[in-house]
Amino acid sequence: MYRNAYILSAILTVSLLLFVFVAPQWVNQAIDFSNAKIGWKVPHVPEKPFRLGLDLLGGAHLEYQADLSQLGDQNPGDAMAGIRDVIERRVNLFGVSEPVVQVSGDDRLIVELAGIQDVNQAIQLIGETPFLEFREETPDTVAIIEAQQQGQRLNEIPFRSTGLNGKHIRRAQVTFDQQTLRPQISLELTDEGAQLFGEITKRNIGKLLAIYLDGMAISIPTVQSEITTGQAVITGTFTPQEAKLLATRLNSGALPVPIELVSQQTIGASLGAESLSKSLRAGVFGLLFVALFMIVFYRLPGIVSVFALLFYILIVLAVYKFIPVTLTLAGIAGFVLSLGMAVDANVLIFARMREELKAGRTLNQAVVEGFRRAWLSIRDSHVTTLLSAIILYAFTTSIVRGFALTLAIGAIISLATATIVTRSFLTAFMGRKFEARRWLFG
Amino acid sequence: MAKIYTIMFFISLALFIASVVALASYGLNLGVDFKGGSVIELEFKEQPAIEEVQNAFRSVAELKDKELSLNSVGERGVLIRTDALTEDEHQKLLQALNRKFPGVQEKRFDSVGPAVGQELRRKSLTAIIIVLVAVIAYIALVFRKLSRTLSLWAMMGATVVGLLHDIVIPMGVFAVLSRFYGVQISAVFVAAILTILGYTVSDKVVIFDRVRENIIRGAKDDLGSIVHRSVMQTLVRSINNTLTVILSSLAIFLFGGESIRYFALALIIGIALGAYSSIFVAAPLMVWWSRKRQA
Repeated sequence: MYRNAYILSAILTVSLLLFVFVAPQWVNQAIDFSNAKIGWKVPHVPEKPFRLGLDLLGGAHLEYQADLSQLGDQNPGDAMAGIRDVIERRVNLFGVSEPVVQVSGDDRLIVELAGIQDVNQAIQLIGETPFLEFREETPDTVAIIEAQQQGQRLNEIPFRSTGLNGKHIRRAQVTFDQQTLRPQISLELTDEGAQLFGEITKRNIGKLLAIYLDGMAISIPTVQSEITTGQAVITGTFTPQEAKLLATRLNSGALPVPIELVSQQTIGASLGAESLSKSLRAGVFGLLFVALFMIVFYRLPGIVSVFALLFYILIVLAVYKFIPVTLTLAGIAGFVLSLGMAVDANVLIFARMREELKAGRTLNQAVVEGFRRAWLSIRDSHVTTLLSAIILYAFTTSIVRGFALTLAIGAIISLATATIVTRSFLTAFMGRKFEARRWLFG
Repeated sequence: MAKIYTIMFFISLALFIASVVALASYGLNLGVDFKGGSVIELEFKEQPAIEEVQNAFRSVAELKDKELSLNSVGERGVLIRTDALTEDEHQKLLQALNRKFPGVQEKRFDSVGPAVGQELRRKSLTAIIIVLVAVIAYIALVFRKLSRTLSLWAMMGATVVGLLHDIVIPMGVFAVLSRFYGVQISAVFVAAILTILGYTVSDKVVIFDRVRENIIRGAKDDLGSIVHRSVMQTLVRSINNTLTVILSSLAIFLFGGESIRYFALALIIGIALGAYSSIFVAAPLMVWWSRKRQA
């Protein structure tokens, strides 16, 4: 008997704590109210909002395809990581809270800007990212260049990629040549870049080194000596304004490979807010429908299961805030769906209990047997749902992924609450008083 | 087995064939996610004439030859469907629209390149197949100790047929809906299918569980009667389980946003069918096929 009291009070305390974590705004309102009345100065609890996805906040989901065909023998993973870093730097300039920039698959980049006002500006800015690379001579180079001057072999690039590219540039500055007073761009390379540059210049002394910007050669100097200082100079026929523009572009990050926007999804903030309020309504009604059904059909155990359901909701919402899980429209649908599923486990247990009661067992035995027998079916149904959620997660995009995640979290947590919590509540209701009122149990 | 099983099975079969026919003749109206293309949802200050919107669209040089489909949405909204647009073309279109209809707002814009669309189709199909395989493996694992009295193959086969029934019929329904109401299939639909699969499998597993338990407890009748008894024993519970999930899906259908509404509908149909097929498709099939093997 005492054990049950402990468990029940533990559940109650945990519920209270979770509630404070999940809905601090209400708690703070209550604190304000009581502070005014009683005159205490109880401090506010910290408020951390839920993380909402694009389709609820409004924003843009952009998908870029990287052209890895000219990489040669470099590591595509490195190139993609380089792109990711450069674009993330640019994206951070928008002031969007928590932008998402991720590599997807072998050659795609996903950029998610939740709550951004001007998507077009963002796309422009990302599109302006320059793509710079250093290329060296191959035995074929001179032949190709000559052929191209005759209008042939125009599809081939006369130089070979070296692996030294835009991501190795630490800083770009406009300087002026001492003698000709023409503007040039002085590049300061990263440590890795300096080392690469040293190797490249060492093996190409006396040969041509081409600097390609956005797919076109802007400068093809001849290497005079090995350069280990990590300083490089791009000379060309720029006007001072062009040089300044180029330096600025290079400074905000230059890409190792070119990228192209292949897919775009933009949702206006008003549509997002609409979707959010509708989803919340759906959630409340879902809970109501299910609770009513359980009480009407299963009576006392039904009420118990509703309490277990409320506890389940608290835990799930706390998990969403804690991880944090980005809630999308589909994600909230997953949550509402999991309400129905969470109750399922209880249904299984109660159905078994009824059978056992009919077969003439005592209440105590019925509860124990009900749980024991129902366990296998509960386990199976949750495992299969989890399986499909995992596969869904692996195979789809961020918006549908939200659904898979909330479904999976729902399945795992409902497994726990239905068994532990429902059981504790039910065992609290055993004893002779209830034995006499079996009809309460349906 | 009782006559009713045969009757209901053939009703199921009829529905299944009707769905396949609907799918074949109407096809699924695949949305932008799968086919590639663009969708723009606009809200105007007052209801515009559709021809005016069309003219504004065609007035942009790059958009003259693009495919175009226009629908009124609600009181002041228009939905434009066309080929995939570059950001440049998108901006030009918005400018043209703003010139003609000042104050127009873009609620939503999706543009998906054809390669991305194709990829999603491929991934979705793969995901569905993987779930089917995973489910069969799971059943084989859980029921392996029973292979002497119940044919494992019959069980797995019956489950697969039941599952196919559960996803093909909703697809047939949506084929009809897309033909007559212009409903489009988006990526969320695939989520619905996979959820239906994952969820309705448990219904079938529960019946098979019962059958196993009855056999272990020493039932002596023929398989048909045992299965029928197991079905009756789990019937109420099956219906209740299905009802709770349908109730929560109903809440989404009635109160959720536009994009999620059809997802909820697919779930409701699929899960209801799931309960139905566990009893009238998977169970009888398992009996008939087991008999064949024993004979």
